Amino acid sequence: MATQHSRTAARLMISPAVILLFLWMIVPLAMTLYFSFLRYNLLMPGMEEWAGFSNYRYFLTDPAFFTALRNTLVLVLGVLMITVTGGILLALLLDQPMWGQGIVRILVIAPFFVMPTVSALVWTNMFMNPVNGLFAHAAKAMGLQPYDFLAQSPLLSITLIVAWQWLPFATLILLTALQSLDSEQMEAAAMDGAGPLSRFVYITVPHLTRSITVVILIQTIFLLSVFAEILVTTNGGPGTASTTLTYLVYVQSMLQFDVGGGAAGGIVAVILANVVAIFLMRMIGRNLDA
Amino acid sequence: MGRITLRNVSKRFGEVAVIPSINLEIGDGEFVVFVGPSGCGKSTLLRLIAGLEDVSGGVIEIDGVNATGLPPAKRGLAMVFQSYALYPHMSVRRNIAFPLKMAGMDPAEIARKVEAAAAVLNLTGYLDRRPGQLSGGQRQRVAIGRAIVREPKAFLFDEPLSNLDAALRVNMRLEISELHQALKTTMIYVTHDQVEAMTMADKIVVVNQGRIEQVGSPLDLYRAPANLFVAGFIGSPKMNLIGGPEAARHGAVTMGLRPEHIDLSTSAGTWRGTVGISEHLGSDTFLRVQVEGPGMITVRTGGDSGLRHGDAVFLTPQTGRMHRFDADGKAMA
Repeated sequence: MATQHSRTAARLMISPAVILLFLWMIVPLAMTLYFSFLRYNLLMPGMEEWAGFSNYRYFLTDPAFFTALRNTLVLVLGVLMITVTGGILLALLLDQPMWGQGIVRILVIAPFFVMPTVSALVWTNMFMNPVNGLFAHAAKAMGLQPYDFLAQSPLLSITLIVAWQWLPFATLILLTALQSLDSEQMEAAAMDGAGPLSRFVYITVPHLTRSITVVILIQTIFLLSVFAEILVTTNGGPGTASTTLTYLVYVQSMLQFDVGGGAAGGIVAVILANVVAIFLMRMIGRNLDA
Repeated sequence: MGRITLRNVSKRFGEVAVIPSINLEIGDGEFVVFVGPSGCGKSTLLRLIAGLEDVSGGVIEIDGVNATGLPPAKRGLAMVFQSYALYPHMSVRRNIAFPLKMAGMDPAEIARKVEAAAAVLNLTGYLDRRPGQLSGGQRQRVAIGRAIVREPKAFLFDEPLSNLDAALRVNMRLEISELHQALKTTMIYVTHDQVEAMTMADKIVVVNQGRIEQVGSPLDLYRAPANLFVAGFIGSPKMNLIGGPEAARHGAVTMGLRPEHIDLSTSAGTWRGTVGISEHLGSDTFLRVQVEGPGMITVRTGGDSGLRHGDAVFLTPQTGRMHRFDADGKAMA
């Protein structure tokens, strides 16, 4: 069905959905863009006035902005490194034939189903708490001083929590990729004299590159907007030690009631996300070509 | 060098004995073909020799050295897989160089050997392509190239031609035979196609249900099958196997007659029958003749046979060429 007539009909029929989706995206974006040029404070409703680029100037010169930018990158890169290497190792383990394979696989995937707020609360109160947490108990049992994770190294703690949530995703994608590896290729490599490590480097890793690319791209999109874990655990603190760009936008608009400044921050975040996306596609996107 | 000896080799998967017990001697430089129906254990046998499966019992010796516990890489054998198992992300050059690189050979030496192998296999123009950009026959040659650069003690082929079309299969058959003539290395070749076995082998090993039915040169097996299975498996079209009173008259439970060992006449003969389907191959014609008593008989006649469907013919078996089998299916002297 590819006549001129049928194509026109097809376009006509998908247009309502496309238009709806387009509006869904463009209206909030346009409004954010509009607010970012207004002096718009929630404490002074009805006093909005044109502000030009001053919102942007204040946001970009805020010392918290550079900390937030650095924290965002550290968080994203840290989680990516932990999940990709951990995912590969876990997938290799889960690919081995073993007793109770089905149950073990479900257990490994489980963290992905726990909502971010809940998992962050569980980690903060049951594991990382310096008084009641399991880690504190373990430290005391060994005669060590309990470590206050969220106060001493807040960003690292949040990175660990987020990585714990995303590890199943990476594992799952990489496991399916591993299972699609032709066993005869492995056997051929074994006959060619490649040891287990060489087989991993020369056969397994090249086979996994495409899936690793997918994992990195998808995770980056979601990790740039990590929010709940920070709000529940450290509130961006101490100071701005664990404030990311997303969290800074929240602070600006909801805690300082400065909607204009928050909107400007939002636009900056959108631009940065696109810059990251372009870099990613340039660097690893070609792996997706067959 | 490439002498392989199997002594009481057996393989079980759980409760199932795929190979109960096999003894086999493969001489240096021989072209040995394992042939049998699918699922008979011939590929398993090859994988046992390669070391890709552990034996459940018995001893595998390569050049007089016990290799039973050795990993595949240490056995000095090279294998060509049914799926070719080329490394898709490497160029043809790197595919062929891979075993040498794993052996830690000097890069200049590797380059020289790869070029030499490529020249032998007509792959010189394709060295920088990926396997995905090659045709089936070229991929096959890359797989063979990867095997020959290692200069192994023996080559193992696991149904290497089954993914090729008919014309290419005949070509590759010749190329592999020529390679064997040139290299004089031991080759073990697994196939379910008895034509490949007949045309290529120095020695055929007929395998059925994990047991060796008969070992011998192609013509030995053709002329003197040891049992009913070999008789029915080797030869195309199949040997006519006739049971009942007709066989009993010759003192056997089953008698076997090759299509070319039956005389055909339109006037007189032992059996009278009607021509059914006839297959014209140009040089030969194979007639399926419905005979009262023995049943359907395949007969070979010249390519210019004018017989048609429904014609009445007379068949006379050449008694001297008849194979006779006892109640256990064993050939009778």
